[in-house]
Amino acid sequence: MTAPLLTVSEVSRRFRGLVAVDRVSFTLAERDVFAVIGPNGAGKTTLFNMIAGVLAPNDGTITFDDHAIEGMTSDAVCRLGIGRTFQIVRPFPTLSVEDNVLVGALLRHSDMAAARRHARDVLATLALHDKRAVQASALTLPDRKRLEVARALATDPKLLLLDEVMAGLVPTETDRMVDILRGINRDLGITILLIEHVMRAVMALAGRVLVLHHGAAIAQGTPEEVVRDPAVIKSYLGAEAAF
Amino acid sequence: MTALWEAMNGRGKLLLALLILVLLMAPLVASRYLLSVLTLILYFVYVGQAWNLMMGYAGQLSLGHALYVGLGGYVAAILWVHYGIGPWLSIVPAVAIAAAFGAAIGWLAFRFGIEGVYFALLTIAFAEFTRIGFDHLAIAGGAGGLFIPYEEQRIGEWWNLRGNQLFFYYLAFALAAVGVLITALLSRARLGFQWLAIREDEMAARALGIDAFRAKMKAILISSGMTAVGGVFYAFYNNTLFPAQMFDMSRSIELILAPIVGGLGTIFGPVVGAFILTPLGEILIVLTDWLGINLPGVKAVFYGLTLMIIISLVPTGVWPRIARSLDLKKHGR
Repeated sequence: MTAPLLTVSEVSRRFRGLVAVDRVSFTLAERDVFAVIGPNGAGKTTLFNMIAGVLAPNDGTITFDDHAIEGMTSDAVCRLGIGRTFQIVRPFPTLSVEDNVLVGALLRHSDMAAARRHARDVLATLALHDKRAVQASALTLPDRKRLEVARALATDPKLLLLDEVMAGLVPTETDRMVDILRGINRDLGITILLIEHVMRAVMALAGRVLVLHHGAAIAQGTPEEVVRDPAVIKSYLGAEAAF
Repeated sequence: MTALWEAMNGRGKLLLALLILVLLMAPLVASRYLLSVLTLILYFVYVGQAWNLMMGYAGQLSLGHALYVGLGGYVAAILWVHYGIGPWLSIVPAVAIAAAFGAAIGWLAFRFGIEGVYFALLTIAFAEFTRIGFDHLAIAGGAGGLFIPYEEQRIGEWWNLRGNQLFFYYLAFALAAVGVLITALLSRARLGFQWLAIREDEMAARALGIDAFRAKMKAILISSGMTAVGGVFYAFYNNTLFPAQMFDMSRSIELILAPIVGGLGTIFGPVVGAFILTPLGEILIVLTDWLGINLPGVKAVFYGLTLMIIISLVPTGVWPRIARSLDLKKHGR
């Protein structure tokens, strides 16, 4: 097996004594789909933000594609090949859908015509091509969620970080998003790390799952293994897993 | 240029061509007074564009742009009055010094996260302390002002920016045209889109790999440098420079009104805004005289009221409304 694409090693982050993430380690190989789950306040977003360059860890190292990225700025992390979405979507509201994606595409395409072509390809992948001329603020939530993915994808990432892209979607929309993400992983060869609450999507997408609870990793394995893990059932899945 | 042209449909192209033609031919029929008003309009188009790049595109609210007008004007005037160096040449140091001030403000603000109104306050502070500095700067004539001598025999020396009203009119026209072109080019370039992204949501922009610090520094360098060129023009057109007049807060406000009224972050907004506001000021002078109400401040009151009415009617600017209702842009780009 080749060297892992992302190695998170013994990473911790504290906020005024509160340990939000406590010595978490995991690795992602290329083309993996890896999910991080856990109850609210488990430290998922903090972990995510440390990989995305929004927060610096207090301890530990994060290695991406042979670069030590812990403590790097978010724009530098993106330039190395990590694209991210925001849990609360942040489209550029007055720009058109296409221009939103174009901003991402311009990272690796300095020629405007080439960047626009790339943006349109990405819009087609995310089923947003018909809405490309619409102002982003006019989109529905499912469309905004896909725009968020489109923008990140346009930066040609090796690793895509998805922060609850299924949240707020109805089941049919969730399935649609699952199909799109599966295509991105399979056809474009992009590695995906997702934080997700929607277990239906996690079970369908992820090859491996990490469960966080109170900042610590309490289980790691395939989705099937994890949902049978007594510690996971006790702390997170609870009644939901009793079926 | 081509991008600007291609974004418009036939009607838009026709209207722009017509405007250019009218402006080029205006001196044939316009009186000296009308020509001076048109010169002022075109000057405000130019500095409005410079400010528009920073606020309209990059989203950075500068309320101290008089600083760059003043620095540009003073540098060129000092070099001419004391050293006999012509203004075309002094554009280089004028732009360099203004851009250095811009860089200092930008570095302080963007490095240390001074944003929004606090950034605006910082720009005001720089303009104010520069004004106070110039009040005591002997080489600039201090508070007593600096005068570029009016020499009859030099009229027509275009290479020294010495000329009559007609000369300055065409110079202002060229400046305005260059300002519009620069905006048109940048707005279609990668940098322009980076600015828009930062204006809309800086955190999201950075997540897409945009080095926000660098992009904002470029904005303030370009904007301050451009504004300084306007200052050189202004100094040689008016021939008198007082710190209290060049660096005053009201001058900063004056030059941001046209882009706001016309439409922030649009190419033609500052043009439309200047063509509304400058004549409005002139009309109010005539009107208040004619009505015989010469109370102090009465013009300012009417001006302010008119501004309020325009802004409440078209909060996103007059130009976007015009472009939509006259249908001047291409669809389905």
